[in-house]
Amino acid sequence: MSHITDTVHEFILSEFLPGEDPANLTATTPLITGAILDSLATIKLVAFLEERFKITIQAHEADADHMDTLTDITKLVTSKL
Amino acid sequence: MATTALHDLLARAAQRHPDAMAVEDTVGKPEVATGITYRELDRLSDRLRDRLRVQGVNAGDRVGLYLRKSADGVASMFGILKAGAAYVPVDPTAPPPRNAYILDNCSVTSVVVERRFEQRLRAEMEALGRVPALIVVDEVGAGRGLGDALDREDRGTPVPTRPSSRPSPHDLAYILYTSGSTGKPKGVMLSHENATSFVDWCSETFGLTTSDRCSSHAPFHFDLSILDIYLTLKHGATLVLVAEEIGKEPQRLAQFIAGRRLSVWYSAPSILGLLAQYGNLARLDLSALRLVLFAGEVFPIKHLRLLQDQVPKPRYFNLYGPTETNVCTFFEVPGRVPDDRTEPYPIGGACSHLRTRVVDPEGRTLPAGEAGELCVAGPGVMQGYWNLPEQTARAFLPESQAERWYRTGDIVSEAPDGNYVFLGRRDRMVKRRGYRVELGEIESALYRHALVLEAAVIALPDAESGVRIKAFLTCRDGKRPTLIDLKAFCAQHLPAYMVPDLFAFADTLPKTSTDKIDYQRLKELD
Repeated sequence: MSHITDTVHEFILSEFLPGEDPANLTATTPLITGAILDSLATIKLVAFLEERFKITIQAHEADADHMDTLTDITKLVTSKL
Repeated sequence: MATTALHDLLARAAQRHPDAMAVEDTVGKPEVATGITYRELDRLSDRLRDRLRVQGVNAGDRVGLYLRKSADGVASMFGILKAGAAYVPVDPTAPPPRNAYILDNCSVTSVVVERRFEQRLRAEMEALGRVPALIVVDEVGAGRGLGDALDREDRGTPVPTRPSSRPSPHDLAYILYTSGSTGKPKGVMLSHENATSFVDWCSETFGLTTSDRCSSHAPFHFDLSILDIYLTLKHGATLVLVAEEIGKEPQRLAQFIAGRRLSVWYSAPSILGLLAQYGNLARLDLSALRLVLFAGEVFPIKHLRLLQDQVPKPRYFNLYGPTETNVCTFFEVPGRVPDDRTEPYPIGGACSHLRTRVVDPEGRTLPAGEAGELCVAGPGVMQGYWNLPEQTARAFLPESQAERWYRTGDIVSEAPDGNYVFLGRRDRMVKRRGYRVELGEIESALYRHALVLEAAVIALPDAESGVRIKAFLTCRDGKRPTLIDLKAFCAQHLPAYMVPDLFAFADTLPKTSTDKIDYQRLKELD
C-alpha cells in the first residue's frame, strides 16, 4: 500500500471503525455505499485529507463516485498533489 | 380566511399569480435552476388528478410517491389530493424493501414512480403479493417528466376532466411513515384540517409575501416538508427545492443559499450546525435571508452562536413538534446567543391553533415547573396510526374521548416565563439529524443477521452530533461478523440515519430480573 493509502486506512479505522481488524478494511471495501462513511464522516475525512495533504477537494468530489473506496480516495488525492 | 381543502391553496394562488414561479428544482444539475409557474403546476396536477381517477383511484384511497425531490413530486402531491386521495411519500434513498413494505402496508391504489426505481419496486411489491397501478416518470425535473408521462398515457386513453375532490376536514391528506418501535415503520395519518390549521398558524406567525424565496431542504417523507410546500405556495412565493446531492454538503449548500437568494430557510439543526462550521458563511452574501427556522432536535448552543455570528440579520425560530401534531410549540431566539449561555433554548409555548398541558404518568395535569409528559390537543393532532388501533389508543390520554390529547412522549417542564423546556424522552426514541429513530427498529434489523443471537441498541450523548448510536451484540457459536459487514448489512435494511455508529460484542447481555435486556446497565458498561 502506498503512503497515502496507509494514512487514509489508519484514519478511517480509528475514526469510523474503532475495534475493527485492520485487515478487514481493504482497498476495495465500499465506504460510502457500505455505510462506513455517512455524510458527516465524509465531511470529516475531506477536512482531514485537505489538511494532511495540503490539497483542495471540490464539494462535488465528496461523493460515492469519487471516494467510495481506498483506491478511489488514493487516486483522487494523488491527482491533486 | 381559514383554508378548507389543502389543494385549494394552490388553486387560489394560481388564480392570483398564474405566471409567478411556484417551484424551482435542480434535479441532476444542482447549479442549473429549472422551474414551473403556478399556472403550470395547477394544470399539471389537474391532469394527474384526472389520470388517477381513470386508474381507479377514488376518494379515500392512498397513492404512493417514489420520486426524487422535484417539481414533478410537488405536482403529484396536489394531483393526488385533488383526486381525493392521500399521498404517501417514501424516501427514494431508503432500502427498496422498506419502501415496498410502507406502500403495501397502507395498500396504495397507485404509485407515481420514477423509472430508476420502478423495477425494484415491482419486484418487491410482487414478492408481497400485489403490484399497484404505476405512473412511471422517466426522469423528474421542472414537471416535464410527469407531463411527458401523462402525455404518453393520454395517447392510449384520453381522460375526462372533472372537478377536484371536496374533502371533509377529517379526510386524510397524507400519511407520513416514521420509525416504529416494533421494527416496522408506522404510518401517521394526517387530515386536510390537520395540515391547513398548521399552515394557517404559520401564515399568522411568519407573514410570507409573494417575493419570498423559501427553501425545501427536508425530503418529502419528512414532516418539515409540510411547512415548506404549503406555506410557500399558499402565499404565491417561490419554493426552491434543495437537491439531495447538495443538501448534505455544507460548502455547496451555503453557495446555493446565497446564489438563489433564499429568504426563508427551514431545516433540522444538524445541517445548520454543519453550515456554521464548514460553510464559510461570512464570505457569502446572505442578505436576502430573513427567517431561519429549525426543528427536529436540540440545536447545540455553540453551533447556533457560531451561525448567528456569521449570519446576524435573520430572525431565528426554534420550532418543536412530532409528526403526529407537526409544530405544536415555538420559540423565537431573542437576539444573539449570549457568550455565557450553555443550555439550549426552550421549545417555547403552544402555537395558537393548539393547546398543551403537562401530565404525570397517570395523566393528571401537573403544576408549572414540574417535569412531566407534554400533551397536545386541537385541530393539528393526527387522526391515528394507519391500521394500528392499539398503538393509536395508547398515543392519546385515556380519559380524553371527547377531546383527544396526544401524548408526545417528550418530558418537559414549564419555566417561570411560560416556556416549555425539553428534558428528554419517556421511551426509546431518539432524534438523529432531525429524524426519529426507534432503537427497537435497529435491533429488529440486526436480529435478521445470520450470526446475531441478541442485539441491544442504546443512544449515547455526543457533543458534536447530538447522539451516537451503539449496538451491543452476542453472536451464534462465537462467530462474529466484521464491523464492515455489519454496517453494510444495516445499510441494506435501514435508512442511512439509522445505521449504528459503534458496535460492541459481548458473551452475554445484562438482563433484568424479568429477563429483559437491562439498558440501564448497558449504558453504565459503556
